[in-house]
Amino acid sequence: MIEINNISKWFGDFRVLTDINEVIDRGKTVVICGPSGSGKSTLLRCVNGLEPYQEGEIIVDGISLSDPQTNLYKLRQKIGMVFQRFELYPHMPVLRNITLAPMKVLKKSRQEAEKKAMALLERVGIPEKAGEYPANLSGGQQQRVAIARSLAMEPDYMMFDEPTSALDPEMINEVLEVMIDLSKEGMTMIVVTHEMGFAREVADEIIFMDEGRIIERGTDEEFFKNPKSKRTKAFLSQILV
Amino acid sequence: MGFAYDFDWGVLWRQPYGMWLLQGIWLTLKIGFLGWIIALFLGILIGTLRVTPWRWLRFVSTAYTEVFRNVPFLVQLFFWYYAGPMIFGENLGRQINQIVGLNYYMAIFALGMYTASRVAEHMRAGFASISRDQYQAVLSTGMTHSQMYRYVIIPYALRIILPPLTTEFLTIFKNSSIAMTIGVAEITFMSYRIDAETFHGLEATTGAMFIYLVLGLTVVRVMGIIESKFKIPGMIGR
Amino acid sequence: MFDAVARNLPFLIGGFGVTLQLTFCALGGGIALGMLVGLGRISRKAWVYQPVTVYVNLIRNVPLILVIFWFYFVMPIIAGRPLNPFLSAVISFIIFEATYFGEIFRAGYQSISKDLVNAAYSTGLTYSQTARYILIPIAFRRLLPSLITQSIVTFQDTSLAFVIGLQEFVRRTSIVDNLEVRSIQLFSFVAIVFFIFCFIGSKISRHFEEKGRKTGVL
Repeated sequence: MIEINNISKWFGDFRVLTDINEVIDRGKTVVICGPSGSGKSTLLRCVNGLEPYQEGEIIVDGISLSDPQTNLYKLRQKIGMVFQRFELYPHMPVLRNITLAPMKVLKKSRQEAEKKAMALLERVGIPEKAGEYPANLSGGQQQRVAIARSLAMEPDYMMFDEPTSALDPEMINEVLEVMIDLSKEGMTMIVVTHEMGFAREVADEIIFMDEGRIIERGTDEEFFKNPKSKRTKAFLSQILV
Repeated sequence: MGFAYDFDWGVLWRQPYGMWLLQGIWLTLKIGFLGWIIALFLGILIGTLRVTPWRWLRFVSTAYTEVFRNVPFLVQLFFWYYAGPMIFGENLGRQINQIVGLNYYMAIFALGMYTASRVAEHMRAGFASISRDQYQAVLSTGMTHSQMYRYVIIPYALRIILPPLTTEFLTIFKNSSIAMTIGVAEITFMSYRIDAETFHGLEATTGAMFIYLVLGLTVVRVMGIIESKFKIPGMIGR
Repeated sequence: MFDAVARNLPFLIGGFGVTLQLTFCALGGGIALGMLVGLGRISRKAWVYQPVTVYVNLIRNVPLILVIFWFYFVMPIIAGRPLNPFLSAVISFIIFEATYFGEIFRAGYQSISKDLVNAAYSTGLTYSQTARYILIPIAFRRLLPSLITQSIVTFQDTSLAFVIGLQEFVRRTSIVDNLEVRSIQLFSFVAIVFFIFCFIGSKISRHFEEKGRKTGVL
């Protein structure tokens, strides 16, 4: 379980996050949406310790991120993250992208790691690309490899930072399908996205953020049918056609 | 383990050593500045030749740049100083070698020629970064090519390349130290000379390093002021 | 026409051999140290960033000749005995060139998007693992053209070891010149040899630049 308690973060005068609270139980899929600059990406990066925060506490499976004793590297093995621009390692073939961390961090043997990697590539639908370099794959394929790369570490949680925003429209679905399957299989997911179709299908909770605060949250029913705040309504009217 | 060496920082200001260093600084400044003036004029000229419509002029410019960039400065200096006079034949060559302060003039000449090739390269980059449309706009007002270059393009390119030019100006002062190998009594030569007399080369060279540091910082400061006076409004940059 | 050269060719070639040795040692040490210096320059820890920055800015403002002298005077004091010129020169060059290579690597590291590093961290890799498998290999590929160019500069810089009496190519040429006084031949010869090597080197660098642009690594 991930507990986010009263998180605030600021750069000088600029408040990036103010008083964020949320509890994410195992198996839950949470979707975060909101205008750009609302702090959604920063929040994700606070959860796996990539960004520090000034106030509050984040507790992952009982381990607090603020505790100086906490080994952030070990923590990140539990939380996978997928980025908007895929961020595959351009100088390694697809298979090695996936097997690098399992071999170096989990100390798996090459055979073990490659076997798992191929199974994951099958799962995301592109086993034939194992020997290719990322530059030769389409955006949608690259993102699926990125998902496989994160899954190879067998994380308990997966975070997605606008995974489809950099994709051409015809490739968005192939990635969303993988994410939907993942959610239905029970993975605990935090997803920052504008893809409301995805949210409607698998989100257990939808959070709307603006200017560093959580403005509204609810199940997809409540959220789409009865948005309470004016800002939420305004945002929804812009992204839902 | 004890240091079997007693430091004597006084070598930096005791006479005559202090005076030597000051004379060295003066000489460094002289050959640096004079070399820079040659480098600027020659460099702008050669850089401009590179973009003329005549193939053989372009070739001359490219050849000049390639030759001067691919040969170490020390070798160039030796060539001009030792081999240069001989080019004029045995007799004239011998006369030239008698000239007092030949090494001084040769150092300035060599520095100028070498640095000019680098300035020319920066000019080329500057010209390339000016958009094609800009060139066409000037021509469409009826100016000839040479007018365009003289009144618009060259001044424009010079402003663009002020930062790398600052670096070259710094480099010329550093390269001036190489003139010590032909006996020019600049800063590095003097620090070596102090060592020859006192065996306290460590202090002397450390002091010389400090002098170059101050010189470098001053150059950057001065060029920074020039940059801000000549900056083009609206251009990306500091 | 090049008779003085021909007469002394073995002696001169020997000097060129020393030049090459010096170059390789300087490059090996300079690039290795440069990789670390580059990391130091992008470090967020002040106790790493400050000293490295002071070191880089100091060396870049000072002429190489002076650095060579300085080490020539310093090393005997530290080592307790005089050092042979080759070793002293190698150390000077490594310390000097590492600052230039360091800045090249710094640019390379900075060109790698922050999120790529974050992606590596998100799979649990430590800082040193990320540096070793991601940062440094990618920077290297991107920087190959600049690295080659700077290596050519190092090759030319070795001529300055002249001043501490090292018997490299230029010094040997000037020794022969003192004997034969055929300055034009001799110094043209040195110039031509350097020119050929450096010119080819810069063409190779250009080739890698084109190749890098095509495969999308650049």
